Amino acid sequence: MTETQTLLNTGLAQMLKGGVIMDVVNEEQARIAEAAGASAVMALERVPADIRAQGGVARMSDPDLIDSIISAVSVPVMAKARIGHFVEAQILETLGVDYIDESEVLSPADYVNHIDKSVFKVPFVCGATNLGEALRRITEGASMIRSKGEAGTGDVSEAMRHLRTINSEIRALGAKSEDELYVAAKEIAAPYHLVKQVASLGRLPVVTFVAGGIATPADAAMMMQLGADGVFVGSGIFKSGNPEARAKAIVEATTHFDDPQAVAKASRALGDAMVGINVADVPAPHRLAERGW
Amino acid sequence: MRVGVLALQGAFREHLLMLGSLGVDPLKVTKSDHLDAIDALILPGGESSAMVRIAAGTDLFATLRERMTGGLPVFGTCAGLILLADRLSDDSLGGYDRLGGLDITVARNAYGRQRESFTTPLTVHGLTEPVDGTFIRAPQILDLGPDTEVLARHDGMPVLVRQGQVWGASFHPELGTDRRVHAEFLHRHGAAV
Repeated sequence: MTETQTLLNTGLAQMLKGGVIMDVVNEEQARIAEAAGASAVMALERVPADIRAQGGVARMSDPDLIDSIISAVSVPVMAKARIGHFVEAQILETLGVDYIDESEVLSPADYVNHIDKSVFKVPFVCGATNLGEALRRITEGASMIRSKGEAGTGDVSEAMRHLRTINSEIRALGAKSEDELYVAAKEIAAPYHLVKQVASLGRLPVVTFVAGGIATPADAAMMMQLGADGVFVGSGIFKSGNPEARAKAIVEATTHFDDPQAVAKASRALGDAMVGINVADVPAPHRLAERGW
Repeated sequence: MRVGVLALQGAFREHLLMLGSLGVDPLKVTKSDHLDAIDALILPGGESSAMVRIAAGTDLFATLRERMTGGLPVFGTCAGLILLADRLSDDSLGGYDRLGGLDITVARNAYGRQRESFTTPLTVHGLTEPVDGTFIRAPQILDLGPDTEVLARHDGMPVLVRQGQVWGASFHPELGTDRRVHAEFLHRHGAAV
């Protein structure tokens, strides 16, 4: 990837920061998300909670659906390709989506390789559960990382675990001497130059959002206080009792994350949160975060 | 000199870092109280549609407009330019309060979607060497009033303008390491940078 392309790809992610990216399955939801102050929308056919409930192979969305969402809103539109499915990514690029999410929420197309993201002009966001995974995705060309969490559960505990893991691994790198970083790179299976960069920056070199299980304003504010640059909310909004109010409240809480009074105010009168499912009750083969490596 | 950066959403951290490296004291602005402490303000890039909605129902924009009337220097980049434009070419932000202050008409996202984003060298009035302008889903300045001065153009269209102490850019001077546009803004409004 050229230096200019990297600047443009990571630059758009900078513009999304401090914001909420919302899953939407039709034009009406896209308009609700935009009206609530979403910094981008993720166009897909089924939210993760429904993918989980209905089962079957989950694939890239119908191009007609993505077109209709692109024309419905003025904010950036993201869409998901299956892990390793580089032709779905090519299709999404031709549709003019602003970001591609190579996502474990869809069924993987390749259990060995991820997409070579460096050959695309459109930027990619990828999920990660730990620092090594995040840096491998960046090596392949990802311009933005999101911690995976466990999509479609409404249970924030995995999002918490993944973000804390990444943060604590970054802090541990910062405490190492220069000559120890070579072995650290080997141990987390990531390129030395990125490991060295992370150790000196004290953070990932790209924008880092949190995803997977965010369902309340308090969930979003907690992730921001832990250092997330922004949040993805999937099923949490449109599987709740009052999507308009909840979407707006999560946006408020993400902006004013360090002001408990503002988060308390945003948490009032939202109706029912999504019912959700405890991650502990999801049998291991059905955990989406374990897809990707 | 204390310079605020509007931090409702978007690339405010990049502006804060750049201001810090120029030796001014940067401050995140999320509420109207924060405006009391600042001598100039930057409105960052991000999503203008998110910013206007987050600001709606608060007294932030009204208070800021009063400060601007009182002469507060303000510089808006990308989404910030959209907040400052007196007129928009469409009603995609319909009904939401913005700031105004620049006698220009702006078209949101007129330079295209992300795949059309680009960088280009810009000749900026007052600077000897060109600046690399980074345009990301950028807004376009379609026309401007007689009191608006053009400081840089791309393909004949204005991309950096000022009207008195209010500046606006279609591009992102906060991305990358070139601090000259920020320095020029601060220098012209009394900062020793």
